Amino acid sequence: MDMKVNKKLGLKERYNLMTRDLAWTPTYQAVKDVFPYMEYEGIKIHDWDKFEDPFRMTMDSYWKYQAEKERKLYAIIDAFTQNNGHLGVTDGRYINALKLFLTGVSPLEYMAHRGFAHVGRQYPGAGPRVACMMQSLDEIRHAQTQIHSLSNYNKHYNGFQNWRHQHDRVWYLSVPKSFFDDAVSAGPFEFIVAIGFAFEYVLTNLLFVPFISGAAYNGDMGAMAFGFSAQSDESRHMTLGLEIIKFILEQDPDNLPIVQAWLDKWFWRGYRVLTLVAMMMDYMLPKRVMSWKEAWEVYAEQNGAALFNDLARYGIKVPKGWEQACKDKDHLSHQAWNVFYNYGAAAPFHTWAPSEKDMEWLSAKYPDTFDKYYRPLWTHYAKEQAEGRRFYNKTLPMLCQVCQIPMFFTEPDDPTKVAYRESAYQGVKYHCCSDGCKHIFDNEPEKYTQSWLPVHQIYQGNCFPEDVDPTKPDFDPLMEVLRYYKMEFGRDNLDYADSEDKKNFEAWRNQATSN
Amino acid sequence: MAVKSIAPYAFEPKDTADKFPAPLLYIGWDDHKMFCAPFCAPMAPTMKFGELVQGALPGMYGAHPDFARIDWGQAEWFLSGKPFTPDMDKTLAENGIGHKSAIRFCTPGLTGLQGSCF
Repeated sequence: MDMKVNKKLGLKERYNLMTRDLAWTPTYQAVKDVFPYMEYEGIKIHDWDKFEDPFRMTMDSYWKYQAEKERKLYAIIDAFTQNNGHLGVTDGRYINALKLFLTGVSPLEYMAHRGFAHVGRQYPGAGPRVACMMQSLDEIRHAQTQIHSLSNYNKHYNGFQNWRHQHDRVWYLSVPKSFFDDAVSAGPFEFIVAIGFAFEYVLTNLLFVPFISGAAYNGDMGAMAFGFSAQSDESRHMTLGLEIIKFILEQDPDNLPIVQAWLDKWFWRGYRVLTLVAMMMDYMLPKRVMSWKEAWEVYAEQNGAALFNDLARYGIKVPKGWEQACKDKDHLSHQAWNVFYNYGAAAPFHTWAPSEKDMEWLSAKYPDTFDKYYRPLWTHYAKEQAEGRRFYNKTLPMLCQVCQIPMFFTEPDDPTKVAYRESAYQGVKYHCCSDGCKHIFDNEPEKYTQSWLPVHQIYQGNCFPEDVDPTKPDFDPLMEVLRYYKMEFGRDNLDYADSEDKKNFEAWRNQATSN
Repeated sequence: MAVKSIAPYAFEPKDTADKFPAPLLYIGWDDHKMFCAPFCAPMAPTMKFGELVQGALPGMYGAHPDFARIDWGQAEWFLSGKPFTPDMDKTLAENGIGHKSAIRFCTPGLTGLQGSCF
């Protein structure tokens, strides 16, 4: 008897069956009605099939590898938890970097999940649609694994308990939140250039590597595990970001100026969010991996320059603001940590002035600037604190209308002068921290006049708990704002030196290492 | 350039003057970045400029050792980045200060902690 044996399918064919064969051209409805967001941004795509999915060769093994990674990750987290791994970190101060990550970064992973699901739905091409759906799955996995890994710390330390509530309300969290809200409220093409390329490709190394190698350097196996579990996904996401931008540019010459304007905008938006990473690297890690300046030189100046040389073939130029970002590298982290030191009563993690030993390191890493500009500040704070006057700033700061960061940034060529940039729109003044943010505002003022600026919202009376009574004689508006933030005064905030976290960490570590 | 949108895009700005108890004033002290950013606070338009200087600024800036050394007669003022000479006896509104005005002052000779501009 003759058996008809079908030929075994190759990887490419399997990919096609699993993905592209699921696409069809609608006949009951016009294509335009099914994909209504494809034209209004001005991007022209002529042939969606020209997009080569960077995941096509690995699609088959994706599920197997993801499942394997999950099993390993949770095994490590279990072991870490059972062995009280949190007591093995270099110092209790380190845990504050995790609070910053959980409140500021993990909610963005979830937003990336939503954003990629949304744009995946909007693209008529099966290739990008599948690629975006896969990234959307990765992103929700990242959000989940981060929350699970960090929940272990919530059992022992303050400030982890209300991260989701705080992400939508607390002043410094409006910085990452508004960054992502800006992207998801743009069209599908701007979103993919903003997040897929400008953030995932150009800047992600500056976000992920510092936190994860920071975890490794400081003995945090738990956070390190989710980092490594996410890392192989990140490299796929970077590939998608690069492939999609090349695809858009190849499709029509009219796309170039639009993409360039988005790159200018999103490089600057992303760079401003990285301010939080800069200060984390230089000031929050007890054992540092490298300085912000060094990270910038490796990941931005060297790798970024190679990338933009490559994209020059398409007519893409280095983003506006690149030069200023390179000038800022000597100053950014020091100025940023001063903001958190100032407003250390209003953030759900602890702050501190660097010790003498910390300052030696900073001085060695920033020989041209630290001793000259920044050491006198920290020395002054330390002296004040020793005399019982730890400085807390009690007046609310002026915020940039676009990045929403307190206006601490200085002029590109004069680190002593705060930069003020003013615009007017429909008879009202708007203020920005830099040429980069002002440029973004002036391009789309209708969008940024709607910014939910935490300081302005407080003054409008929108940041008090529902049961507040402003007529009471002991009404304290700032304490009520903290209650609205669900921050417990004296436990979640203030200086590390006086914190319950410090006391507990030291006591528990003593118990673990001696009688 | 304007926002590209799928439908007419017209939304109310979030921070119009009517939403605040008083117009917002932004104020910064040059060369004193110990206060990490300029301040933002609602200030009654009927407040005299002198009251702002004598009444409000000590609470904002008093923690800096330079503050007690300020000679207010020497202070230089800027409104929207341009030099201006406020009349201490006139109100903020009469001095041309309105909602979301940004003013700065500079105190010659005082350059922060050990001259660091902090």
